[in-house]
Amino acid sequence: MQRSFIAKNPSVLIFLTCLALFTLLVTVLSEGFGIGTISTSFIKTLGKTLCLCLIAVAMDLIWGFAGILSLGHFAFFGLGGYMIGMWLMYERTRLIVVESLSQADIPPTSSEVVDAIGNQIFGVVGSNEFPLIWAFSDSLFLQLVLVVLVPGLLALVFGWLAFRSRVTGVYLSILTQAMTLALALYLFQNDSGLRGNNGLSGLQNLPAVTASQDAVSLWFFWASALALGLGYLLAAWIVSGKFGSVIRGVRDNEARVRFLGYSVETYKLVIFTLTACIAAIAGALYYPQAGIINPAEVAPIASIYLAVWVAIGGRGRLYGAVIGAAFVSLLSTWFTGGQAPDISLGFYTVKWVDWWLVLLGLSFVAVTLFAPKGMGGLVDLWSQHKNPNRHGADLGPDDGALREQEASQ
Amino acid sequence: MSTLLEVSGVSVTFDGFRAINNLSFRIGEAELRAVIGPNGAGKTTFMDIVTGKTKPDEGRVIWGEKSISLLKMNEAKIAQAGIGRKFQKPTVFEDQTVQENLLMALKKPRGWFAVLAYKPSAADLEKVGELAQEIGLLNELKRKSGELSHGQKQWLEIGMLLAQEPRLLLVDEPAAGMTPQEREHTTDLLLEAAKTRAVVVVEHDMEFVRRLNCKVTVLHEGAVLAEGSLDHVTSNQEVIDVYLGR
Repeated sequence: MQRSFIAKNPSVLIFLTCLALFTLLVTVLSEGFGIGTISTSFIKTLGKTLCLCLIAVAMDLIWGFAGILSLGHFAFFGLGGYMIGMWLMYERTRLIVVESLSQADIPPTSSEVVDAIGNQIFGVVGSNEFPLIWAFSDSLFLQLVLVVLVPGLLALVFGWLAFRSRVTGVYLSILTQAMTLALALYLFQNDSGLRGNNGLSGLQNLPAVTASQDAVSLWFFWASALALGLGYLLAAWIVSGKFGSVIRGVRDNEARVRFLGYSVETYKLVIFTLTACIAAIAGALYYPQAGIINPAEVAPIASIYLAVWVAIGGRGRLYGAVIGAAFVSLLSTWFTGGQAPDISLGFYTVKWVDWWLVLLGLSFVAVTLFAPKGMGGLVDLWSQHKNPNRHGADLGPDDGALREQEASQ
Repeated sequence: MSTLLEVSGVSVTFDGFRAINNLSFRIGEAELRAVIGPNGAGKTTFMDIVTGKTKPDEGRVIWGEKSISLLKMNEAKIAQAGIGRKFQKPTVFEDQTVQENLLMALKKPRGWFAVLAYKPSAADLEKVGELAQEIGLLNELKRKSGELSHGQKQWLEIGMLLAQEPRLLLVDEPAAGMTPQEREHTTDLLLEAAKTRAVVVVEHDMEFVRRLNCKVTVLHEGAVLAEGSLDHVTSNQEVIDVYLGR
């Protein structure tokens, strides 16, 4: 009588199958391992898109299901990227430094090596000392732990303060915007210890890996697909159970949930922190593919885009968020990459690089007004077409029998 | 009869308006009580104070045989201690099925981790089935509760309250907007519930209160005006002046 999780949620299986097929198809068409139809740079774009889909899943969890419109999740995404970027940059610089110092007559001491690395990394901001936050940057394992730990702790502290004071609705959205703006402004400073507005660069080069970018890009593509699959599975499992019931209850009527005896603040804090961790993992996979991270990545506008993707895709359903993020971000790449043909109106030429944001804004307004279910709502149209809801009870013994209303017409 | 809830000398002021003025109230373990009063008499504020939504300026609210003060507890803790509340408007989770609504209300650990790991056992589902039977929604278990009629939503909410297994039930205008048959069913549900627990019903409708056939407390301007059987209070001259005479 207790059906399995997959049987109760067929959309999860469909999604995972589609993702697996897509991954396989891209691999076969890739330059690295396949016939070379898809360029390596486009593989990277696709891999990055999968990471954006993963953070969209997190956004859907917090906004579509728990009803908390967080406009700060790109802060966690960026922090995750910075954490992995620190190790990538340290380790690669160390290898180069050790290589060049080994040419010298006297073997370098370890402190000389560290100084040289510091000089290489921080010379650009006029320093050569390692700041305290780089203390663990020589250990891949510890930096991987920090990928989850730092954004998770930030979310925990921020969420605890905000939810405990019962800040809700638009006030909370503004607060999250302030958080991500404050983080961006802090990181822009040269003495923040993360190279100011230069950010961390050269992240696409994995230390001690001799394989070509053709292969590395595919590794990251696979890792991103795996992370998206696992993240989707986790999110679907969370929302399908009683926890999902409670957070949807919080979205629809917070006070009622409280009077049922659930501590609404705790639930909000848990889902906020969890989605921050998912966002951080997505960021840690995204920036090695992008190759560079700088403070502009955590600017408030990035988190607003995230909300737009989820709204256009259809919030409150996980595949909607994925579709929205993939569709809008790929379309955005197409328009802003100068690939979309300009439209000449005679007196004025519409250049999509400039006009894309206007188009995006208009479609956001249109979706909000006319199709609140977003693109995911199209799936409803299709499934209703298959199983029309004819309103009314069965008259006869068979499913196909006329319904009450139809019979009386 | 031992006292379950004792409210004594409670006052609360909103922007200079004294909504509750030195109110005292007590109810026993298994008792049905109707609270009546004109608009603005403080009925809803009284419930807000007991359930922790509003903190009074002064006074005490004492709960249970251990005499715990409810004033230091938040809404969730008070609900866990055994006070259930039904709102005036039916507030069920419309996006979720009747079964999900009832499962959420079922008396189980409320911590987030326990809830995350929760899988409904056969016994839980059976319990939900029994409750659904009692509130006449057995055939609607898989339907979204937003599709139910107004009366059915009211019952679902009462069912959710019963699933919580509270020791004290606060019910705000349960019969509002119901058909006569639905009212009768609601009366039965409340009378049945009051056999094993304390029930406080806030109601405007005198006919409904008469059918409950219980002790009545009349509130006026945030204080108790009269208390006793319905016939006793309706013959009270003060009550007639402020309420019934209008």
